Amino acid sequence: MTDTNIAKTMVGVDVGGTFTDVFVLDEATGVARVAKVPTTRPDQSGGFLDGIGQQVADLSRIAVVVHGTTAGTNALLERKGAKTGVICTMGLRDVLEMRRRDRPRTWGLRGSFEPVVDRRDRLEVPERTLADGSIHTPVDLDAVRSAAQALLDQGCDAVAILFANAYANNENEAKAAQAVRAIWPNPHVSTSSEILPEIREFERFSTTALNAYLQPEVSGYLGRLETALREGGFDGEFMIVQSNGGVMAVDTACRLPVRTALSGPAAGVIAAGYIAQTAGFDNIITGDMGGTSFDVSLIDGGQSMLAAQTSIDFGMVVRSPMIEITTIGAGGGSIAWVDKGGLLNIGPESAGSNPGPVAYGLGNDRPTVTDANIVLGRIDPDNPIGGKLKRLDVDAAKAAIDTHVGAPLGLDTISAAEAILKVANSRMAGAIRLVSIERGLDPKRFAFMPFGGGGALHTGAMMAEVGMRQAIVPRYPGVTSAMGCVIADMRQDFVQTVNALLNQLDPSALQSFMQDHTDQGMALLDAARSTFEDRIATFLLDMAYVGQTHTVPVPIDVPLKNGRIAPITAAQIDATFDAAYTQTFGRLLPGGVKRVLNLRSAITGIRPKFDLMSLAPTGTGSTAPIAHRKVHFTDGWYDTAIYDRLALPAGTTIAGPAILTQADTTVLVEPHLQARVDGFGNTIVEYKGGHA
Amino acid sequence: MTAIDPVTLSILSGRMEQIADEMDATLFRAAFNPIIAEAHDASHGLYHAQTGDTLVQGKSGLPIFVGVMSFAVKAVIEKAARDGDLQDGDIYIFNDAHIGGTHLSDMRLVRPYFRDGQLFCYLASVGHWHDLGGAVPGNYNPAATDVFQEAFNLPPVKLARAGQINQDIIDILLRNTRLPQSAMGDLNGQLGALDLGVKRMDALLDEYGANTVAEALDALGTRAESLMRAQIQDLPNGRWHAHDYLDNDGINDTPLKINLTLEIADDQMRLDFSGTADQCAGPVNIALPTAVATAYVAIKHMFPDLPANAGVMKPIDVVVPEGSLLAAKFPAPTGGYTETILRMIDVVFAAFAQAAPEMGLANAYGTINALSIAGKRKNGQPWVMFSFYGGGHGASLTGDGLNHGNAPISTATIPPMEILEAAYPVMFRKWALRPDSAGAGTHRGGLGAEYEIEVLEENGAEVFLFGERGRFAPKGACGGGEAALNGFAYEQDDGWHQPPLASKMRGIRLRAGQAVRLQTPGGGGYGTPADRAPDAVARDVARGLISAEAADNTYGPKWRKARG
Repeated sequence: MTDTNIAKTMVGVDVGGTFTDVFVLDEATGVARVAKVPTTRPDQSGGFLDGIGQQVADLSRIAVVVHGTTAGTNALLERKGAKTGVICTMGLRDVLEMRRRDRPRTWGLRGSFEPVVDRRDRLEVPERTLADGSIHTPVDLDAVRSAAQALLDQGCDAVAILFANAYANNENEAKAAQAVRAIWPNPHVSTSSEILPEIREFERFSTTALNAYLQPEVSGYLGRLETALREGGFDGEFMIVQSNGGVMAVDTACRLPVRTALSGPAAGVIAAGYIAQTAGFDNIITGDMGGTSFDVSLIDGGQSMLAAQTSIDFGMVVRSPMIEITTIGAGGGSIAWVDKGGLLNIGPESAGSNPGPVAYGLGNDRPTVTDANIVLGRIDPDNPIGGKLKRLDVDAAKAAIDTHVGAPLGLDTISAAEAILKVANSRMAGAIRLVSIERGLDPKRFAFMPFGGGGALHTGAMMAEVGMRQAIVPRYPGVTSAMGCVIADMRQDFVQTVNALLNQLDPSALQSFMQDHTDQGMALLDAARSTFEDRIATFLLDMAYVGQTHTVPVPIDVPLKNGRIAPITAAQIDATFDAAYTQTFGRLLPGGVKRVLNLRSAITGIRPKFDLMSLAPTGTGSTAPIAHRKVHFTDGWYDTAIYDRLALPAGTTIAGPAILTQADTTVLVEPHLQARVDGFGNTIVEYKGGHA
Repeated sequence: MTAIDPVTLSILSGRMEQIADEMDATLFRAAFNPIIAEAHDASHGLYHAQTGDTLVQGKSGLPIFVGVMSFAVKAVIEKAARDGDLQDGDIYIFNDAHIGGTHLSDMRLVRPYFRDGQLFCYLASVGHWHDLGGAVPGNYNPAATDVFQEAFNLPPVKLARAGQINQDIIDILLRNTRLPQSAMGDLNGQLGALDLGVKRMDALLDEYGANTVAEALDALGTRAESLMRAQIQDLPNGRWHAHDYLDNDGINDTPLKINLTLEIADDQMRLDFSGTADQCAGPVNIALPTAVATAYVAIKHMFPDLPANAGVMKPIDVVVPEGSLLAAKFPAPTGGYTETILRMIDVVFAAFAQAAPEMGLANAYGTINALSIAGKRKNGQPWVMFSFYGGGHGASLTGDGLNHGNAPISTATIPPMEILEAAYPVMFRKWALRPDSAGAGTHRGGLGAEYEIEVLEENGAEVFLFGERGRFAPKGACGGGEAALNGFAYEQDDGWHQPPLASKMRGIRLRAGQAVRLQTPGGGGYGTPADRAPDAVARDVARGLISAEAADNTYGPKWRKARG
C-alpha cells in the first residue's frame, strides 16, 4: 500500500436472496458507484466477484472489502450446515431438542421440531460442574476421546462441547476441548464457554451447536471468497458484518459464524441510521419491504436497538447481541384473499419473488400487494424493477384482483386494488406502532425511512397511518445494506456470567473480567489493518433484585487508561443500578437485595466515516418530468408527472402527485405531499408547505 | 349483516386488535413480577357494553383468558346494575374466581369506556399477581379445602370512582400480600394499560366516528359467528361421546370422571358435560365461567384461525351440569383448576377426532406437574423451588407430536436448569426426553420428559407435587395409541418409592444426596400404528426414542429391514 489514493477504495458487498449489491467508494475522489447483479447459487462468490468487477477493474486498488452475508442464515433456514456432533454432560443430551418447552404456534398444537444435531450424534460423558463453579465430577477424558472418535466414525465434520454450568467454571470444558482438538482433523470444534459464557443452558448450547453447524459451511464460503479476491490481486482487508451491526475480521467470522446470522439486514440499519443522522434526523423508523415481509427497525437518538437473542426458526435460538428487526408477513408478494366471514386479509401466504405477483406471468394467479400497485399505475408496467422481465401483465393482475377480491366483496377493480393497499398499509403501520409502543416511545416523534425496493411506494400511507410528519428516502435505498458495510464500525461483544449478590461481589474479580474482555477486543482491533479514529470500551451489567428473573441493563462507566481498566466499587454499581432501575420502572424496591447476573462488554474501533456529500447530486441536473402517467390515488385518477430521481438537483421541491423513479426504487408522492431533495440527495417527503 | 363496508371493517378489525395488543405490550413492559413480564400470564380486550361479550382480545396473552375475561366484565355489569352508579372514569377490581373464573391469583381490572356521555364498551385487564396472602406463598395450596386457605378474596369493588382512585382499596390489597411492591407494580401496569386503551379508543372514534366503530363491532360479532357456523357446517351431523378421568382431588383417592357428549346439527354444536363427577373436596374444582372459557379454548385449538370474539360461541351450546366439579360453588377451592381444564380439553379433542378424523388431534400430556422442593439453608434461610414441567404434544394427520411442549392452556416457557441450580441447592442428574413415552400411531405423539433432581443442601428438603395422569394415560386419536402415564418417584434410604396418590404428594422428606424423579407423559398417537412408515420407526429406534422391544410390540418387525 504505497499509493494512498489507491489504498482508499472501499467496497461493501451485500448478498441478498435475489440480488448482490455492491457499493464502491473511492475516498480520494469522493466518487461512489453502485452495482446490482443477480445473486449466484449455490456458490454466491460468482455474483460477488462479478459485482465488484463491474465497478473496479483492478482489485489491487481496493483497501477494504466488507461483506454482509446471508450464507449463515440460509444454511440455518435450509438446514444445510455440516453434520455436527455434540459431547455433553451426562443426563443432558436432549437439551437442544427440548428447548425451553415452547411451541411453534399458540393455537392448534401442530408442528414438531428436529434440532440440527441428530440424537445419535449427541453423546454424553461423565463430568459435572455445579452452579457455584465447584467441580462435582471431574471430566472423564477417556470417555471424551472415545466420544470424539465415535462422532468422527459417524461422519461428523464439526463438534460442539456442551457442559452444564461451564459459564461458572470452564475447566472441564477446556480439558475436554483440548482432548478433542488433539484428535479432531479440522478446526471446527466449538465449546459453550468459548462461544457464550452465559448462564441458561439451552440458549448457550443452541448458540454453540449452531456455531459448530455453520463453521464448515461459512468458513468454506468465506475462504473461497477470500481466495478468489486474492487471486484477482486483492491485497486489502476482508471483513464481515455481524448481526450487532459491527464488522469483524474474516478469521473471526470463520471462528464465530453464528454472529453473522443477521449480517445483511444489520448493515442496512447501520446505514439508515448514519444517513438519517447526517441529514438531521436522530429518530427514525426504518421499513424494508421485500417480497414476503416488511422489516421494521427503530433508531432512537441515533442509536439502533439491540436485541439479546433471536430465533432463526422455531427452536433455533442464537444468543448474541443483534440489531433488533421486527418482521411481519406483508411484502410485495403477499397474497390478498377474502375469508369465509367476508373479511379481506393480506398474507401470510406470499408469492415471493418467484413466481411473484400475477403481473410477472410466472404462474401465480392470486393477487398480491404489488399487483394492486401495478393496477393503480403506481408501478410502471413497461420498466419493471430488476430487469428480469420485459414488461408486466396489467390485465392479468386486474383479472386476479376481480376474481379473488372484487367479486367476493362487490367492488370494482380499482376499489378492490385500493382496498388491498389500505389493508396492507394498515398492517404495516400496526407493526411500526407496536415496535415503538413496546419500548414506550411515541411513533409520532419519528421520521419514516423506507428502504429496499418497495418501501417508498408506501411512504405517504405510513406517514398518515402512524402520524409521522416526515419521511426520508435515502438516495440509494436499494443498496443501503451494501453502503452500511462501508460505514459500520469494528466491534466485538463479550459476555461473562457473574451471578453474585451485589453485597458479596468481589469488584476486583469483575474488574479482571473487564480487563480480559478489553484485552481480547483490543487485540482484535490491533490485528486489523484498518486505522481507527477512536477505540471505545463499553460495559453493561445485567442486574435485578433477588427474586426477579428479568434483568435491567446497567451501564458502567469505567475509564480506560493505556488499555488498563480503572478500579470499580460496589457503591458505584449500586448507584448506577438505582438510576437505571428507576428509569425503567419508575420506582425502586426499598431494602431489596441486588444481584449482578452478567457482564456484557463491547470493544469498538470507530472507523473513519465517509462523507455522504460525495453521493450528493451535482446541482446541474434536470427538474423536468421525463414522462406523465395516470396514477390512482384514493379519490380518483391523477395525471402524474414522473421524474428521474437521481437527476434532480439539491433543493428541488416537487409537488405531488408525482413519482420519482430510479433503477431499483419508485418513490410515490401523494397529491397532498411534496418531495424535497436535500443537500445529500435524500428525498424528504412531507406535507405540502413543509408541515403537517 | 350491517351496512359497514368490508374494507373499513378489515381496517377497524386490525386497529382494535392492535389496541388490545398494545395494552398487552404496555403491561408486559411495566409489570414487576416475572409471571406477567416473562410468562405473559395476563390479557387485555374490549367487551360489549350491555352483554360483556368479548369483542376483541390481544394475541399475546395466555390462551385460557381468551374465553374467561368476558365473565369478569359480566360480573362488573351486574354489580353496576345492582348499585346503579356506573360513571365515566370508574375502574372495578376483583380476583374472586367463582365469579371471574380461573384462580384467585388473577387480578381483574374492568373499566367502562364512555363516549359523549354514553357507555360505549368495557376495557379489561387481567394479570397473575405474585402473591395474595393465603396459607402458601404464591397461592398454590394443594391441601386447600376452601378458597380462604388459598388466598385473599376480593369481590368486584370500585378502585376508581369517576377518575378518583380510592386509596383505601389499595391499602387493603397491599396489606394482604407478602409482596406489596410487586403487587403495586403490577397494579400500576394494569392501570397504565387501561389508560392506553382509553387513549387509543378515543383516537379511533375521533377518526372513524362512534357509529362506524359500533357498526364494525356488531359486524365482527356477526362475522365471527358466521365463520364458526361455516366451520361447523363442514362437519358431519351426529353425536359422539368421550370421557376421561382425573386421578383424584388430592384429598380423597377416587377417580373423577369428565364426561362429554358432542352433538353437531347442521351449523350448531353442543358440548354437553353431563355425567361429570360432582363437586369434590380438593382444589381440582372449577367455577362455571372457567368451564365455559375452557370449551372456547378447546374449540380454538380445533379451529386455530377463528377470531377471539364471542360471536364464535353463538352457535355453540356449552352444557355444564349443576353440582358438578365443573360448576363448583363458593367457597370450594379452585387452585388446581389447570388439571381439570386440561382434561376437559382432552375430551373435546377425543370427541372431535371421532367426528372429523382429518382434524383430529391426540391428547397432549395433560398435566402441569407443579413441583415444589423446599427447605432451609444452613443459615436458616428458607428456600422454595417451584416450577411446572413439560411433556409431549399429541400427533395429528399432519405429523408427529412435538417433544417436550408446554400445556395447551399456556404459552409459558420453563426456567433454565442452570437458573434453578444457581438459585436453589439442587442438581439435575437428568433433564432429558423420556424414551417409550410417546403414544404409537401412523404419526406418533411427542415425547415426554424425565427430570431427576438431587437435593444438595445438608439439611435436606421437603417435596410437594400436584400433578395428574398418574392413572389415566393421554389418549390417542383415530386408532393411535395412548402415551405413557405420568410417573413420580422419590429416593429414601431404602430405595425408590412412589406416592400413594400417584400424581400428588405432600411433605416427603429427602436427605442431601437423595433425589426426586418426574417422568412426564408424552402425547397420544394418531392413526393405526401398523401404518407408520418403517423408516420412521427405524429412525426412532436408532435415535433411542423408542426401544427395539417396544417397536416390535407396537409396530411389528417391519422396521428392522428399514433404513433409520
